[in-house]
Amino acid sequence: MREVAVIGAGITAFGELWDTSFRDMCAEAGVKALEDANVVGEQIDAMFVGSMSAGRFIGQEHVGALVADYVGLGGDLHVPATRVEAACASGGLAFRQAVAAVASGMSDIVVAAGVEKMTDVADATDVLAGAADREWESFAGATFPGLYAMIACDYMNKYGLTREQLAQVAVKNHYHGARNPYAQFRSEITQSTVLKSTLVASPLRLFDCSPVSDGAAAVIVCPLERAKEFTDTPIKVLASAQAGDTIALHDRPDFSTMGATVAAGNSAFKQAKLERKAVNFVEVHDCFTIAELCAIEDLGFVQKGTAGKFTEEGQTQIGGKLPVNTSGGLKSCGHPVGATGIKQVWEAVQQLRGEAGKRQVDGAEIGMTQNVGGTGATVVSHIFGRV
Amino acid sequence: MTVARFWRAIPQRYNMVGTKCETCGAVFFPPRSVCPHCRRDGKIVEYQCSGKGKVMTFSVVHSASDQYSEMKPYVLAIIELEEGARMTTHVICEPEEVYIGMPVKSVFRVLDREGSDGIIHYGTKFVPDVA
Ligand SMILES: [Zn+2]
Repeated sequence: MREVAVIGAGITAFGELWDTSFRDMCAEAGVKALEDANVVGEQIDAMFVGSMSAGRFIGQEHVGALVADYVGLGGDLHVPATRVEAACASGGLAFRQAVAAVASGMSDIVVAAGVEKMTDVADATDVLAGAADREWESFAGATFPGLYAMIACDYMNKYGLTREQLAQVAVKNHYHGARNPYAQFRSEITQSTVLKSTLVASPLRLFDCSPVSDGAAAVIVCPLERAKEFTDTPIKVLASAQAGDTIALHDRPDFSTMGATVAAGNSAFKQAKLERKAVNFVEVHDCFTIAELCAIEDLGFVQKGTAGKFTEEGQTQIGGKLPVNTSGGLKSCGHPVGATGIKQVWEAVQQLRGEAGKRQVDGAEIGMTQNVGGTGATVVSHIFGRV
Repeated sequence: MTVARFWRAIPQRYNMVGTKCETCGAVFFPPRSVCPHCRRDGKIVEYQCSGKGKVMTFSVVHSASDQYSEMKPYVLAIIELEEGARMTTHVICEPEEVYIGMPVKSVFRVLDREGSDGIIHYGTKFVPDVA
């Protein structure tokens, strides 16, 4: 297999983008990525678009073709475009398909994009519930906050995590998001903001939850050996891993351990031939505050049950031992579901190029991403390094 | 939820008829037609669950999808049945009453209604099992 590099990345603002359509968001992120990579349309061999539920959010299917056509890769150039769906891991999985296409030798220059238009739709809670088991979870009244709340309840009972420690995840992610010009929420918050916010599903409150967002992100990959044709600062893909688990949370042996995160993390570190301590920062799937704590434990960065204390000590903030979610995470940067996995790659690229501005992690050499579909039925994880 | 899908699921939803793998002894509710442990070597038969179990974890849901908004706040829980199978369900009790390990038993209840003259969905919920 060929080695793969990211040579360009682009993103839209995340938020309630009332005046920007699904296709315009894709075009904006895609054009930025192409400009960043110095690539023109004629050079593109394939495109993968991550989208969780365009069919239900905006009534549009066939979004691979739609996006390719709208940016001028369809009609004249006939670029093959494929939509990838794995709930909130759609973006991460689209990136993995792009990496696989290049690694296999099937394609050379490939676009991986992610997009979702979620605001201004009928019942986002119900659409998102489609990422769980519709017949046996959603039908029983399980919402996504409810499912993650049951993870939090189990975790707090087992490990003595405090409500205050949980709140600290959101406080830290808002601190980071305030330093990201593309983030949906660019204001810092305090612990009491979280603890006084509306109860959504006990013990989770509004500020434990990522928002409903619009947004898109795109990156360009090519064989590592060709990367210097396009950029002085290619970012090498050191590992690409995906793992699965039961679709329903109730079928997991341990509700507060995501087996797919453990499996994908182990696979990624094996591929990259790296130890955990080599990683300088990580972008994980904090759809809810509890998810971030589980993620850094399941990836092996800290021992099970200790992530709350680690967070409370400030170790996951920029300047700490392991900065987590420097982009602001899903919580503060926003969570347009299909776009999130590509946003994580975009952030890794910014950090490894040293272009993350006020949220730059000093001397970042190795970064990792972890993107979750549902309550962990699909997990996609990547490791990146400077060339 | 379409009518077809709803009616298809009736026997399981009404009577808590699960399945059992005679090869490894595992009981499944919700029912499975393939044993996830034995796969092709599993021998699946119908199995009547007792409907008794205990709360493994829970949440009191205050913000629901439109379909369930009338019921909120409601207690969402993962129940482990005494046969070992686990399911996600509602527990009908006061929000402050529920706790991890609480014994519960199944009851037949309305799950939701599709509007004032639409279909009524019935199914299994749980109540505290006070001896
Ligand atoms: Zn079996």
